[in-house]
Amino acid sequence: MSAVKGERAVPAPQAGHAATLNRRRLLNTRGWTFLLVLAAVAVGVPWLNATGALPDYAVSLVGKYLCFALLAIALDLLWGYCGILSLGHAAFFALGGYAMGMHLMREIGDRGVYANPDLPDFMVFLNWQELPWFWSGFDMFWFAALMALFVPGLLAFVFGWFAFRSRVTGVYLSIITQAMTYALMLAFFRNEMGFGGNNGLTDFKDVLGFDLASQETRTGLMVLSAIAVAIGFLICRAVVISKAGKVIVGIRDAESRMRFLGYRVEGYKLFVFVLSAMLAGLAGALYTPQVGIINPGEFSPANSIEVVIWVALGGRGTLVGAAIGAVIVAAAKTVLTGLFPEAWLFVLGGMFVFVTIFMPRGVLGVWDAMVDGMWQTRGMDPRERRLAS
Amino acid sequence: MNLLVLDGVTRSFDGFKAINGLTLTVDPGELRAIIGPNGAGKTTMMDIVTGKTRPDGGIVRFDGHDMSKTDEAGSARLGIGRKFQKPTVFETHTVEDNLLLSLRDNRSVFGTLFSKTDHAARIAELLALIRLEDRRLDLAADLSHGQKQWLEIGMLLAQDPKLLLVDEPAAGMTDEETARTAALLRDLAGDHAVIVVEHDMEFVRALDCKVTVLHQGSVLAEGPLDTVSANEQVIEVYLGR
Ligand SMILES: Nc1ncnc2c1ncn2[C@@H]1O[C@H](COP(=O)(O)OP(=O)(O)OP(=O)(O)O)[C@@H](O)[C@H]1O
Ligand SMILES: [Mg+2]
Repeated sequence: MSAVKGERAVPAPQAGHAATLNRRRLLNTRGWTFLLVLAAVAVGVPWLNATGALPDYAVSLVGKYLCFALLAIALDLLWGYCGILSLGHAAFFALGGYAMGMHLMREIGDRGVYANPDLPDFMVFLNWQELPWFWSGFDMFWFAALMALFVPGLLAFVFGWFAFRSRVTGVYLSIITQAMTYALMLAFFRNEMGFGGNNGLTDFKDVLGFDLASQETRTGLMVLSAIAVAIGFLICRAVVISKAGKVIVGIRDAESRMRFLGYRVEGYKLFVFVLSAMLAGLAGALYTPQVGIINPGEFSPANSIEVVIWVALGGRGTLVGAAIGAVIVAAAKTVLTGLFPEAWLFVLGGMFVFVTIFMPRGVLGVWDAMVDGMWQTRGMDPRERRLAS
Repeated sequence: MNLLVLDGVTRSFDGFKAINGLTLTVDPGELRAIIGPNGAGKTTMMDIVTGKTRPDGGIVRFDGHDMSKTDEAGSARLGIGRKFQKPTVFETHTVEDNLLLSLRDNRSVFGTLFSKTDHAARIAELLALIRLEDRRLDLAADLSHGQKQWLEIGMLLAQDPKLLLVDEPAAGMTDEETARTAALLRDLAGDHAVIVVEHDMEFVRALDCKVTVLHQGSVLAEGPLDTVSANEQVIEVYLGR
C-alpha cells in the first residue's frame, strides 16, 4: 500500500501561489468598480441636481433605490450564499423603517395637528392618555438607530433559533418566513398595536435638527444611503471570502456533509440570518425619512417576493448583482407605474419568468459568461480569473 | 479497550425493527467489513453511531463517550468520519477548498470567520495521496464520479478520525479504482479503525479482514470471510440468492 503513498512525490507547495489561493481579496476589480460607482452616485447626483440637470425628487428617488440595493445585498448573503430563501425579508426592512419612523414621530413634538408635545397625533385621535411603554426611548436618535438594527436582529435570532434547530429547510422555511411577514402586516394594521394602524407613521418634520423637507437634508440622506450600501457590501464581502463563507456555501451545497465534518450548521445559519436581518433593518431605517412614510403595506408578502426577484435578476451569490437587480427593477417600476400602472405586476412576473428560464445566473451571470468566453478565446484559463475574484 | 461498542441496540421505524438487539465491538485500528442484504440495517447502524439517528434502547459507546446523546457534528468532533453511499463533496468549491474545510481546525462561526491558516503543506500531501494534484483548482463538480469518491476519502483523511465509516465505497468505481480503494483502506487501518459496508464480494475479499454479517438488524455471523461464507444461514439469507 505504501505504493499509493510513495508513487508520487509530494510536490512542495509553491511559495506565494498556494498561500494566496485560499485568501481571496476583500476587493477585487468588481468590488472596486462597485464602490467607485457608489461614490460617483453620491457625488454626481447632487452635482447634477445643483446644475439643474436633475429634478429635486430624483435625489430622493436615488436614495430610495440605494436602500433597496442594501436590502437586496442582505438577502443575497442569505439566499445566494447560504441557500436560505427568505420570503419575508421585507419584514426586517419594515421593522427598521418603523424604528426610525417612531423617532421621527417623537421629533414632531407639539408641531402635530393636535399639538400634543408627547403623543403622536394618531394616539391623541385614539384618545390615548400616555405613551405606550414600547415608545419610550425613541425620542433619542441613537436609541432608535440601535433599535432599527436590534429589533430585526432579535426577531431573526428567535425565528432562526427555532427554525434551524428543528431543521426546517427549503420550501417549508420559505413558507414560514412568508407567514411571519404576513402576520406582522396584520398586526401592524391594527390600531391597538400602537404603530398608527392603517396609516402608519408619517408627517415627519425633521431629524437631528435637519428639516426633512429641505433639499440639503434629502441629499445628505441619499449620500448616507450610498455609504450604508458600501458598508453593507464590505461586511458581506468580508464574510463571504472568509473560511466561514466557505462553510456557508458548503451548507448550501451539501448540508449533511458539513454536519458530518463537525460544523454546527444551525450556528452558521443563525449568524447569516441575523446579520442579513440587521442590514435589512438598516436599509429600512434609511428608507423611512426619504419617502416620508412607513405603513403596514411594507410588510406585505408581495414586497418580500419582489426582493427575491431583484436578487434573481441581478445574479445571486454575487452581492453586486443583487444591488444591480434592485436598481433595475425599482427603476423599471418607477417608469412603468407612471406610464401604465395596471401593467406593472405583469411586467414584474414576466421579468421573473424570463430570468429564471433564460438567465438562471442573472445579469451578472450573463456578463461573467461573456468575460470567460473572451478569456478563452485569448487562450487564457478562466479558472485563474475565478480564483482571482 | 474497544473503540466502538454497540450493546443490545434497537431502533424501530413505525414499528419495524430496523436494528434489533445489535451487539458489535470494534477495536482501535481495526479494519472491519460489514455485509448483509438490502435493508439489513447497515446504514441505520452508521446513522446511530454518528448521532444522526437516536437508538430506542441499548448502549452505544465510542472512545468512552455515550453516543446516544450526540449529534452528527458532535460525533465528528469526537473523531468519527463518515463516507456516504452517494459521494457528497462541495460541488461549487475547488478540490483544495473541499480539503481545507475538512482539515482539523476550529469549527466555530467566529473561529472560521477570522481563520488565517491555509494548511498548504497538509493539503498538498493529501492531494498527492488521492492523486488529484492537477485538479486542485478545479471545482469538485467537474470531477468524474470516481474522482469524487477519492476526494471524499481525502476529506475523511483530512479529518484524521479515530474511526472511519465507509458506506459502499466501490459503488460506481472501475475495477482499477476498486482495487486501489481496497488497498487504501487496508493501509489506513492501523492508524484509524475502519468499518466498511460493501456488497461487492471481490472487494470484501480484497480487504482481507474480519467480516460481520447483518441480517434483520442483528448480527448473523462474524469471522473471517471464508468461515462466514461457509455458514449455512449466511448462504441462505445472502450469498445463496
Ligand atoms: N428514516 C427511516 N424511516 C423509516 N424507515 C427507515 C429509515 N431508515 C431506514 N429505514 C428502514 O430500515 C431498514 C434498514 O435500512 P438500511 O438503510 O439501514 O439498510 P441497509 O442495510 O443499509 O440496506 P442497503 O444495502 O440497501 O443500503 C430498511 O427497511 C429501511 O426502509
Ligand atoms: Mg445502506
